[in-house]
Amino acid sequence: MSEAQVYCGHCGEALDASGHDACRERLRMEPPRFCVHCRRRMQVQVTPTSWTARCVEHGELSSP
Amino acid sequence: MSATAEEQHGTTPPASDILAIAREQVLERGVPLDEAQILQVLRTGDDLLPELLELAHEVRMKWCGPEVEVEGIVSIKTGGCPEDCHFCSQSGQFTSPVRSVWLNIPELVKAAEQTAATGATEFCIVAAVRGPDERLMSQMRDGVRAIKESVPGIEVAASIGMLTQEQVDDLVDMGIHRYNHNLEAARSYFPQVVSTHSWEERWDTCLMVRESGMELCCGCLVGMGETVEQRAELAAQLGELQPDEVPLNFLNPRPGTPFGDLPLMESSEALRTIAAFRLALPRTILRYAGGRELTLGDLGTREGLLGGINAVIVGNYLTTLGRDPQEDLDLLADLKMPIKALSSSL
Ligand code: SF4
Ligand SMILES: [Zn+2]
Ligand SMILES: [Zn+2]
Repeated sequence: MSEAQVYCGHCGEALDASGHDACRERLRMEPPRFCVHCRRRMQVQVTPTSWTARCVEHGELSSP
Repeated sequence: MSATAEEQHGTTPPASDILAIAREQVLERGVPLDEAQILQVLRTGDDLLPELLELAHEVRMKWCGPEVEVEGIVSIKTGGCPEDCHFCSQSGQFTSPVRSVWLNIPELVKAAEQTAATGATEFCIVAAVRGPDERLMSQMRDGVRAIKESVPGIEVAASIGMLTQEQVDDLVDMGIHRYNHNLEAARSYFPQVVSTHSWEERWDTCLMVRESGMELCCGCLVGMGETVEQRAELAAQLGELQPDEVPLNFLNPRPGTPFGDLPLMESSEALRTIAAFRLALPRTILRYAGGRELTLGDLGTREGLLGGINAVIVGNYLTTLGRDPQEDLDLLADLKMPIKALSSSL
């Protein structure tokens, strides 16, 4: 996706603010909850070995 | 209740005495510690922790054996729960970022396949609800049938809230092997954790399940601000219920929940709790559930498996991620603990 990442996927706050180091750490142990493009809360499904997160506007992300 | 060590001695005995008592009572005779004794164990210091863990491990090996039961879990209905359990990101009453979502049957079957591929023998289907409605029961019926048709070698468990007797009977008919319903907290602490239902309602569902022919899985969360006395009370209440399995969760404070700002439990405290629970429940499957990665880390995870734990949830949890299943399987191989095979009942 070419659109810029503006929001933190963990806390949903603007990425230009500081203080997202802990969020990045958290994102190693949980899926993102907020769309990084529009800040909408995503529909997240976790399964035993994967996850998917869907924004109504920006589509689906899945685990690496 | 038998006389506690304190009563026998008249004064407070040295902390190491409780370990000697536990060795004779639990290890030799298989008699669980009572509440006062569990409390004494929980009050022992870090200096005794290695000895305590070793004893809990011996108890587990003697009364349960070396096998480890491996399970995977998946949420069939996430978020939007009407209840207000203060630790839970799936409650609809808090401003948690978790949104409501349902898993469809093909995805459910895929999750069961992923679980079976890890070598797990138990797959638990979980829903964030107070109790199941007809839509959820029908989804369960279809889902369980589909899994049984296409994923051999795995038992299906369920955790879908408080049940009526009719729903208990329905789940038995579906072929649910084990039902999970946690006490979550000691009876005396429960009102600080949940206001939308009572501890007694949870207890009643557990009793119905225990009488149903399904196995009962009933666990809890520690590190929610309870006192050690309440932790001992909880272990004793679980002991009274005699579940086949106790999943032990360590609070992973979730953003937006009332317990979101609580600190993580100290790892030594968590390990002492594991050992104390093993001494309170010598024959029960004691499973690592949520929060162990954060609370214990890699080293602590290993120590817990050598301190009373004999079951793990592999892979991800309901809304958070776990370790790579292979890391846990490698650890079990390294510890020479075989993965428990399916029971012959299948
Ligand atoms: S009943 Fe279950 S899903 Fe609902 S808030 Fe309590 S723990 Fe969370
Ligand atoms: Zn952030
Ligand atoms: Zn979006």
